[in-house]
Amino acid sequence: MIAEVSTTAFTGARELTLPAYERPSGVHPPLDFAGYHSTARRHPKRPLVLLPHRLTEVTGPLLGDELITPTDADLTTQHAGEPQGQRIIVAGRVLDSDGRPVPDTLIEIWQTNAAGRYRHSREHHPAPLDPNFDGIGRCITDSAGRYRFVTIQPGAYPWGNHHNAWRPAHIHFSLFGRAFTQRLVTQMYFPGDPLLPLDPIFNSVPDENARQRMIAGFDIDLTQPEWALGYTWDIVLRGRTATVFE
Amino acid sequence: MNEERRVPGITPSQTVGPYFAMRLPWPDGPYVVPEGTPGAITIVGRMYDGAGNIIPDGLVETWQAGPDGRFAHPDDPRGATPRGYHGFRGFGRCPTAPDGSYRIVTLKPGPLPTPDGSIEAPHLDVSVFARGLLDRVVTRMYFPDEQTANAADPVLCSITEPARRATLIAVPEPEGELRFDIWLQGERETVFFDV
Repeated sequence: MIAEVSTTAFTGARELTLPAYERPSGVHPPLDFAGYHSTARRHPKRPLVLLPHRLTEVTGPLLGDELITPTDADLTTQHAGEPQGQRIIVAGRVLDSDGRPVPDTLIEIWQTNAAGRYRHSREHHPAPLDPNFDGIGRCITDSAGRYRFVTIQPGAYPWGNHHNAWRPAHIHFSLFGRAFTQRLVTQMYFPGDPLLPLDPIFNSVPDENARQRMIAGFDIDLTQPEWALGYTWDIVLRGRTATVFE
Repeated sequence: MNEERRVPGITPSQTVGPYFAMRLPWPDGPYVVPEGTPGAITIVGRMYDGAGNIIPDGLVETWQAGPDGRFAHPDDPRGATPRGYHGFRGFGRCPTAPDGSYRIVTLKPGPLPTPDGSIEAPHLDVSVFARGLLDRVVTRMYFPDEQTANAADPVLCSITEPARRATLIAVPEPEGELRFDIWLQGERETVFFDV
């Protein structure tokens, strides 16, 4: 995967050598996807213009500890009382597609409560709010790219895309990686969910193997006795195609 | 280099959906520098869909160099931006309001060298997220007072149609703000990039 090439130039007396990132095809969903009706008027119709990876693209915000408080990774302890629902642990690693861990990178998550209700002013699903659950979490990966959240099992919820449409339970994940090119917002799903085959958003991803990579694995070793179920989910960001030579 | 190393598959993108707005935004997200910073500029704009309707549930993120054209990042081989720009973090994030508007307060970036020796005009990389976008779309904002630099910019030069190129250049407002509207689709569709 690692191409042994580099591009060099001289800017003043200094050589400017930049990494380049893989351009995956067939991984991400198309912007125009008929099954998800909101794409109809929101997808660009003109072809995308190729943007070479230069300084702005190979760098990116390295957002760190100043944004994080210790309770941010435990969504069950953000209020005086405990939230309703099944307590779960969601943990894994952030890697790039070269297999290298992505350390010290910000992960943000958001999700419904156990009843399938988001805490949001435009959310009208008549399911109860939980005063002890906001559904927001953040953490920074450790030096091996590992992350860990404690939360509760989110619920499925109805949406207006088509008759009797229900989103499968999911947790939204937002990742920055180390470069603008690596920015990713995705959703983690749960194994065995009968709504997955019916969900246009999940099925917007064309490749079956890629779809499966959005489903966490139940992990009995991560599960804590008398306490919480464990789910393992690794997230893989685009890797580099060129290495930097010193 | 370990040839046996397993190459994992990339995780696909999914939409941010409609309900990120109370989650992703931070109170100071739109402030790449604190308001009132000397030299600060304000970027305003609205997000529109293909029917010309405003998008009240979008999210704009910006990433840019400092005024000296450098990045505080290990992959900028010239070294980190000296800590000369107090509070500048290069990154801005603003959800769109019920009227489709967003606002970013920042410093104007400097021009950037490239590996092939050309110079990129001052610009911001802009990521756009919304319900109905299964993946982010990426555009760039350039500056209207940089006509000479813009004319030599390799990215702008790769867009041959003048009307298309113009979608990437902010418009000065009477109050001194810079307007950068984002049209996801339609006759005024913004140029989006394959990044």
